[in-house]
Amino acid sequence: MDNVQLEELARQCRRHIVRMIHSAGAGHPGGSLSAIDILVALYANKLRFDLENPDWYDRDRFVMSKGHASPAVYSILHEVGFISEEDMMSFRKMGSVCQGHVDMKWTDGVDFSAGSLGMGLSFGLGCALAARMDSSNRDIWVMVGDGEIQEGQFWEAAMAADFHSVGRLNLIVDRNRIQNDDFVEVQMEVGDVAKKLSSFGWDVKEIDGHSMEEVVSAIEWSSNNIGSPTAIIAHTTKGKGVSFMENNPSFHGKAPTDEELRMSLEELT
Amino acid sequence: MSAPSKGGASRDGYGSALLRLSSDSRVVVLEADLGKSTKSCHFRELYPERTISLGIAEQNMVLVASGMASSGKIPFASTFAIFTERGFEQVRNGVARPGLVVHLCGSHGGVHTGTDGSSAQSIEDLALYRTIPGMTVMHPCDDLSAEELTVQLLNHDNPSYTRTARNKTPRMYDQETCKSLKIGKGSVLREGGDVAIISCGVMVSESMKAAEYLSSKGIEATVVDMHTLKPLDTELIDELAGKCKGLVTAEDHSVIGGLGSAVAEHVSYNGGTPLRMVGVSDRFGESGTPQELMEAMGITYGDIAISCESLMS
Repeated sequence: MDNVQLEELARQCRRHIVRMIHSAGAGHPGGSLSAIDILVALYANKLRFDLENPDWYDRDRFVMSKGHASPAVYSILHEVGFISEEDMMSFRKMGSVCQGHVDMKWTDGVDFSAGSLGMGLSFGLGCALAARMDSSNRDIWVMVGDGEIQEGQFWEAAMAADFHSVGRLNLIVDRNRIQNDDFVEVQMEVGDVAKKLSSFGWDVKEIDGHSMEEVVSAIEWSSNNIGSPTAIIAHTTKGKGVSFMENNPSFHGKAPTDEELRMSLEELT
Repeated sequence: MSAPSKGGASRDGYGSALLRLSSDSRVVVLEADLGKSTKSCHFRELYPERTISLGIAEQNMVLVASGMASSGKIPFASTFAIFTERGFEQVRNGVARPGLVVHLCGSHGGVHTGTDGSSAQSIEDLALYRTIPGMTVMHPCDDLSAEELTVQLLNHDNPSYTRTARNKTPRMYDQETCKSLKIGKGSVLREGGDVAIISCGVMVSESMKAAEYLSSKGIEATVVDMHTLKPLDTELIDELAGKCKGLVTAEDHSVIGGLGSAVAEHVSYNGGTPLRMVGVSDRFGESGTPQELMEAMGITYGDIAISCESLMS
């Protein structure tokens, strides 16, 4: 897909995201909307997977560590054909394949059971070590939130990834600057993440996470760089695409009302 | 079943088992700077390409193991029992919840660990892991049984936690008898119709001593090595409850949540078989020799015998 097509797909996914969360009456719109441009570029153009055989052992892995951004994952899984509209819209309902937080046990196309922050990079490292033992060139992608990297385990994994020189481990930090209670800088500023990861031995690139051109090019760069673990620090806007959710901490984990849904969809046409 | 005289620490059995499992290329070993202690070091020496050093970072180790399990590997990760607990939520959310088969081993379990003091003496690990849905929880009593049960994990469909002990204890099995062991099935080491002692880990040999002492007093005890706390061999417990006047559990672990609790949870449904629990009461250990600590905590063969006698009166 070219960038214009990717942008249109991202807009479509944003509509799914707000509809899903509205229908469930709960969920996390802010971090889903900040992440979706990157997910769209990855799923539409990069990840190798098999719709007929979701457990194909040599597929690329996408580890969504910020599991509360599940609507973003479900929206793109729906668009690429893993889950139906009906399943997508059953998000958070009893028995749904679309659990509140992404869960590999419940959903085809999901490679990790998230919900507890700070664990995804470690899991991705395990996937990357296994791939190397198998002499496989499958790529492992991990997305974390910026609030999430306050967890110590993230840095344990960052240190270990460099120590074990896993070149096919690709990290994306969704740097949307807002976490559950407030802005990251208020709760526990994580500072210059690029500098910190560089000092841990990672190759790092900073981008505008909503510029499809920059996103696509960074994904290529990361995928081609197999000499060491790579990180893309994607500067994003929480709630991107819906004006009243943008940069608004109250929409970290709140469903839109009927009226807010109407306004959201109007903006996303 | 006679008890051979040679001793072995159950952690040595874990190390030997990893070597036996090495022929399966899916087996990988993860360490957190305590491989020399948990005995995974022998595997590392021969198979460095399949051994992953994660440094002193247990939370990361658990999820790296989980990622490897999701990619077709069979990971065996170990550290001290107490330090596995730092990754408890990781085991719960990152291993057991998605049903990924990771085998975790915690060595140096219990006050029997000795002079390192209370920080190293996990007395709650079995309780913790027992609460996780789908986890198999084991605590073998000697090196040969630890080896056999660990080897059986290769074809086990559930994630597991196995506690091993730092110090040598008398062997309860020999090379032949240990082959009859089966994960999830209690092993009857001695038969007696008056009382049944259900024990695990280092307390199994204490239980055998207690049974011999009781026999000299005219009380005959059955002794069970309940090496698997979960799934619990409830069939065997029911059988023992039917033929004996009562049950005594014995463990080097808190009485809250361990083997005693597991048995109590079960017998509470079967008519209330009289039960006594020998274990560490609600307190921490301290530095000392294993023997001194077992005496201080009230978990010697004498304590088991007193509990058995109390059921007879």
